[in-house]
Parts: sequence; structure tokens; C-alpha cells
Amino acid sequence: MNLDFSAEQNELRQQVRRFLADRCPASAVRKVLETDAQYDGDLYAGLAELGVLGAAIPEEYGGVGLGHLELCVVAEELGRVLAPVPVASSVYLAAECLLQAGTEEQKARWLPKIAAGEAIGCWAINEATGRMRPEKVGATVEGGKLTGTKSPVADGAIADFAIVLANDGDGPSLYLVDLTSDGVSREVLSTIDPTRGQARLAFDGAPATLIGGAGDGRHIATQVMDRAAILIGFEQLGGADRALEMARDYALERMAFGRQIGSFQAIKHMLADMYVSATLARSNCYYGAWALATSAAELPIAAATVRVSATNAFQHCAKNNIQTHGGMGFTWEFDCHLYYRRSNALALALGSLSTWESLLIERMSAGNLEAAA
Amino acid sequence: MDFDDTPQEAAFRKEVRAWIDANAPKYLEDELKQASFGSSGLKSIDPVAAAKAWQKKKADAGWACLHWPKEYGGGARTPIERVIWGQEEGVYGTLSGTFIIGQGMCGPTVMAWASEEWKEKLLPPLASGEEIWCQLFSEPASGSDLAGLRTRATRAEDGSGDWIINGQKIWTSGAHISDWGLLITRTDPNVAKHKGLTMFFLRMDSPGVKVVPIKQANGASGFNEVYFTDVRIPDSQRLGGVGEGWKVSLTTLMNERLSIGSGMSAGFPDLFKYCMDAEIDGKPAVADPAVRSRLAQFAVRQSGLKYTGMRAISALSKGETPGPENSIGKLVAGSTLQELAMFALDLQGEAGVVWDEDSPQTGRFQAMLMRSPATRIEGGSDEILRNIIGERVLGLPGDIRVDKDVPFKDIPTKGSAA
Ligand SMILES: Cc1cc2nc3c(=O)[nH]c(=O)nc-3n(C[C@H](O)[C@H](O)[C@H](O)COP(=O)(O)OP(=O)(O)OC[C@H]3O[C@@H](n4cnc5c(N)ncnc54)[C@H](O)[C@@H]3O)c2cc1C
Repeated sequence: MNLDFSAEQNELRQQVRRFLADRCPASAVRKVLETDAQYDGDLYAGLAELGVLGAAIPEEYGGVGLGHLELCVVAEELGRVLAPVPVASSVYLAAECLLQAGTEEQKARWLPKIAAGEAIGCWAINEATGRMRPEKVGATVEGGKLTGTKSPVADGAIADFAIVLANDGDGPSLYLVDLTSDGVSREVLSTIDPTRGQARLAFDGAPATLIGGAGDGRHIATQVMDRAAILIGFEQLGGADRALEMARDYALERMAFGRQIGSFQAIKHMLADMYVSATLARSNCYYGAWALATSAAELPIAAATVRVSATNAFQHCAKNNIQTHGGMGFTWEFDCHLYYRRSNALALALGSLSTWESLLIERMSAGNLEAAA
Repeated sequence: MDFDDTPQEAAFRKEVRAWIDANAPKYLEDELKQASFGSSGLKSIDPVAAAKAWQKKKADAGWACLHWPKEYGGGARTPIERVIWGQEEGVYGTLSGTFIIGQGMCGPTVMAWASEEWKEKLLPPLASGEEIWCQLFSEPASGSDLAGLRTRATRAEDGSGDWIINGQKIWTSGAHISDWGLLITRTDPNVAKHKGLTMFFLRMDSPGVKVVPIKQANGASGFNEVYFTDVRIPDSQRLGGVGEGWKVSLTTLMNERLSIGSGMSAGFPDLFKYCMDAEIDGKPAVADPAVRSRLAQFAVRQSGLKYTGMRAISALSKGETPGPENSIGKLVAGSTLQELAMFALDLQGEAGVVWDEDSPQTGRFQAMLMRSPATRIEGGSDEILRNIIGERVLGLPGDIRVDKDVPFKDIPTKGSAA
């Protein structure tokens, strides 16, 4: 048994970490937060050049053909620095969906562009507030034309194409829509985390091509979202770890009552609990990484496990990072709120925590009792 | 990443499986499956007798204390082989609880500090379960603050070099069934508390040793008070130098954390099974949204512990030593067991208050409820484990210790039974 990344994968981690230290300091994240920019285009181009966008895309489609473990490593590093780039939308969701179910033509047209950072894809599933479920679909496709509204759509304002869940004669199906087509309009939404922009996409007879079988939308969406949940889980893990580090560093530096605040048990124990939740999430994420890389039968359970555990950890660490920093933690100037924002935004990406909690138990009770042990 | 056996591991697993299949006390299997946290499950046989019989059988075939050297009664196996053994031993492994303190903590301490002669005498019968050991550390006035202990060891006045022990220990698990005890004492009250300690081992039937069982909050009696009145032991039963007892005790405590924490279940499989069977409004409890949410939270803790354990095993197999980060095992398991038991009783409604054979799963959650508070205290309380994580893993400053440089005799004490 070997539940760890390999030396080569850790070497990739170091390479990505060095790159991000240089190209994605907190000031870069703030620039996206404080301006109308929806993402950091230079950083995204740099990631493409580094080859990491195509890490899990086969070489025949312009990727690097490494694999999903490598993508997990990248995701964790992106999460640590809160990289304001649409990797989740374009790579974990859109590209994964095409790899799973796209036609040869769709793959050949879009995957090389995704890998090269020349095109951004987005995942347009949501329509309304409340628990997101693929069955709540109002958008429709008739004669290859899509009508309806999707909101919120992460990175919808900057994407070149969208993967949209819509009803056709056969039930919910997934469609690919070129967002430069006629009949598409978009509106930027304000959000708790502007470093991952959200938009409303309105379709009025926009041309749409089917992905996978008609009526298979729910099934494919579930598969894709499970895979993405593991990758986003790694982003959450990276964020949780970094928030813990920030809190630890501050606890060593800040003095009160003539002592470092880290010597007060209330603070020390809070940090220990952050370490515990981050460690449990890390172990669950590694389990998820294994399931993703091997397409194990346990993947749906592993995905929901990662999702719940990593969401817990990031929210727990981000909120207590602010607490550790006291009043400073609540200033715009300190970076704590950047992590707090992202932790709460990612907690909702792909559906809420309670949705995934329910899914986890539904999946466990559907058969795999072994996984409970 | 993989969970696969190497060919050698697979071969070893096959060998283990065949041996267990042919030798395990199968007639106990059903009862052992009834075991829960807080009850051995055994009713038809004395658990200690069953444990001794199984251990002896394993020892005779070379399967006892797999990680110990052969000359001390062990199996000289690799850490991974030990893990595989544990997986294959399954429910029969629950029999070994009786030996955890001896084999998990006292044995390694003896191995690290005793003379060769003593090791050869003490370790093989410990490995084979013929002799049981207990850990005589805690006292009424010193638990977490172990170095504050007061049991005295003084040199006999007859010039023999022997030691005379007087004082009291408490919470000593298994003292009533033990043959040997690992004993930490104070030999010099005039120096700072950590500096005046010395470690010994002794036979529990030595004249002057009196063991008084304590009735626990859960009604069982696993631990004891132990009184020492002019107990005489030879100097050859000292471990480490005079005044070096603290250093020796660290070997024990380190191993304690490893053997209690690692691989602990947080009880989720039991709860999940129960929620598949139990009904709420005519539907299985697992279908209820509120139940699902709680279950999911328990599930990810269970799985986080499981894979944290596997990461530790992966590190072990690369030759790395598990460190203080393993403190999280017991920390998470302890409080999860407690919360989970409370939740299981909540699902039983008012009937949850009843604890008998007819309670769901023969009362396993009631037993868990009543045993779990101790888990959060024994082997380092939740608070002490958080200190360890904060200080040794995260590098935060140590707690302020006002008694650190004060001679022991000048340290104020209050609130002890002594
Ligand atoms: C089931 C069981 C079996 C045991 N078996 C054995 C055995 O075989 N041999 C043996 O020697 N001992 C044994 N013990 C004793 C055990 O090691 C002690 O109970 C434990 O170390 C706690 O000490 P205490 O009970 O004196 O509590 P105290 O140390 O008095 O602690 C009381 C409370 O104060 C908190 N506290 C204490 N110090 C600090 C601090 N520095 N920071 C923050 N909080 C603090 C504790 O966390 C706890 O909440 C056993 C205990 C139990 C419950």
C-alpha cells in the first residue's frame, strides 16, 4: 500500500509552488477582487505554458497526458494561493465532461484549446436557489436551439463555451454552447468571492450540440461533478492548510499580556483543531485522488467524502484564521478575508454541503456497506 | 497511489489467512462480533482466559508481537506485515486488549532500557501472553502532570542497594490480573520535579503491594488503586539511571500514543448499520435528512481516521517513524465515539435509556456511551493531546510552567486524595 504522492508528483508540486509564489502573490488575487477583472489572464496563460491545464488531457488532444494525480497536486497548490483563474470551470468540469462524454469532434475542437488556455469552458447547471439537483431543469432545447437561463455560472462571464443542462424530448441532456453565438447574453453577478466570478447566462435560441446520449445529462453530470468534487477538494485542502499556516505564524508573532498568543491554550487548542480537520481532509482527499486516478467503483462515495470533509476543513480553518488574527483579521488589508471568501464560495460550488452529506449517505446505503468500515 | 499488496505482502497475507483460518477460536466469532466499544462481547468465557489462550497459540506458531525480535518472543516482521496480520486477524484481534499495556507500552520500555539478561527473562512470557503487565504511573495527585508524582523510592538502610517503595498509584488498568508492573517513583524531592524520578519494574505479588479494584462510572472494574507499603525491590530492577525516570517514561508514553491512537474506530460502521435497520416514520432512518447530515459528518471523520492511518502505514513502509501527528487518532476517535453514541440513543427515542440485551444491537451504543468519556482522558486527555499537536506539530510555545525550576518539595499541591 502506498497512500502518498510519488517523488515526481512532489517535484511537480514544488515547480508549481515556485511558479505561483512568483506569479500569484496575494496582490494578484486582490487585483481581481478590487477591479472588474474576472480573473488573472496572465496567470492563466502562464499556467497553460507550464502545461498544468492539460495535465490530465491526453496528448492526442493537446494535453500533457500526465494524469489525475498530477492534477490533484496542481489543484492543491492553486487552492493554497487562491489563484484567481477558471481552472475548476474549464479543466475539472468542462474538459472532464468532454473527456467522459464528448464527441470526437467536440474533443478535437475544444480540448487542445483548453489545454493551451486559449479557450475557457464553464459548467452551466444551476437555475435557481435551493438545493441544486440535475432534475431541476427549466432550460429547453428544441431543434438544436437552447432557450432558458442559467445562474449562477462560475466563470460564465469569461468563458468561451458552456456546458448546459437542458431538457429536450428525451429528458435532461447536456449541451455544448459556443458563447460567442447569437442568442447568448450574459450578466456579471456580484458575489461573496469576486476572485471566482459568477454570471447569469441567458439563452434565446442559441445553437447547441448534444454531449453524450440524449437524456443522459443527469448521469453524465453526476459523474463529472463527482470527479470535480475531488479536484476542488484539493483546492479546499490547499486553502485550509494555508489558512492554518497564516494563523500559526500570527500566533507566534502577536504578543498579548506579555506572551505570544500561541501560548494561550484557547488559541493553541483552536489551532490544534484546525490541524485535525485539515489532516482528516488531507487523508480523505488522498483517498479521493486514488479513486479518481483509478476510476474505482468507490469513486462516488470517495467524492462525497472528500467534498464533505474538505468543505468542513476549509471553512473551519478560514474562519478561525480570522479569529486568531483578532481585529486585524477583519481588515480589508489583511488577507484573512480572501480565504474566508473562497472557503465559503467553494462550499457552495457543485452544490451545498447538506446536498453532499445527503448524497454520501444515499450512496453508502445504496450498496457499498464496506465503505462504511 | 495504491492499496495493493506487493507480491511478498500478498504471499504473507495468504499464509496468515490460512493459519488464522485453521487456528482461530471460531466458536467465539459470533460473540466477538457483538463486541463494541466498552464491552468485550464475550459472555460464555472469561475474556482474560480467552485472550491468554489465543495469544499463546499465536506465540507458539511465531505470530505473537510480530514487530519484536525473535529472541524476545517476537516475529521479527516488518511494519507492513504487522498491519496485514491485524487486518486478517479481524474480530479475533479484539481479544488482545488485555495485553495492550504490556506489549504496547511496557515491553518497548523494557526493550529500550533493561539489561540483556532481564530482557530475555521478561519479554518472551509477555509476548506469549503468559504474563500480564500494568503501568503504574498515575497517582491521585498526578495524572496529566505525571512528573508531579509522589510515590517514594528510597535506598534500604542495610547497604544491600535495594529500594524501598512507599506510596499509592491509581487508575492502574489490569493491576488485578497483572504479574508485573512498570513503576515510576520519586527518588529525590529536593530537585525540580522532572529530575528526581526513577523507573523500576516489579512483581505485583511482591510483599507490601495491595491492589484495590475501583468501580468505574460504567459499572465495570478495569482499573485499580495500588498501594505500596515498604515494598522492597533489588536495584537490578531499575530501568535507566537514578533520577532519569522521566526520560524512561517518555519511551512508554510515546508508545502509548501509538498503540492507543492508531487504527481506532470512531464507531461509524455500527451506527450506519443501525440506521439501515432502524425506522423513522416507516422508512429506514438513513432516508431521513437530519439523520443523513449527522451520519455524513461521522462518516467523514471515520474515513479521515482510516486513511490517516493508511498514510501513516505508507510512511512506515518507507522507513519513516510516526511522530506526534499521530495524536489525532485518539483525539478524534474519543469525542466521535461519545457524540455518536449520544446520537444513536437519540434515534432510539425514550427507549434509548434502557441498556439491556434487548436494546438495539444488544446495547452496544449504551456501552459506548458509558465507556467513551474515559477514552477522552486515558493515555493523555483531549487537552493534553491538543497541547502536543499545538506545540510539537505546529511549533507553538509551550504552556507556561510555574513549577519547572522549583524543587519538588516546595511545589504547592491541593485537590488530591492523598
Ligand atoms: C480508563 C482509564 C484507564 C487508565 N489506565 C491507566 C493505567 O493503566 N496506568 C496509569 O498510570 N494511568 C492510567 N490512567 C490514568 C490516566 O493516564 C489519567 O487519568 C490521565 O493522564 C489524566 O490524569 P487525571 O485523571 O489525573 O486528570 P487531571 O490531570 O487531574 O486532569 C483534569 C482535567 O484537567 C485538564 N488538564 C490537566 N492538565 C492540563 C493542562 N496542562 N492543560 C490543559 N488542561 C489540563 C485535563 O485535560 C482534564 O480535563 C487511566 C485512566 C483511565 C480513564
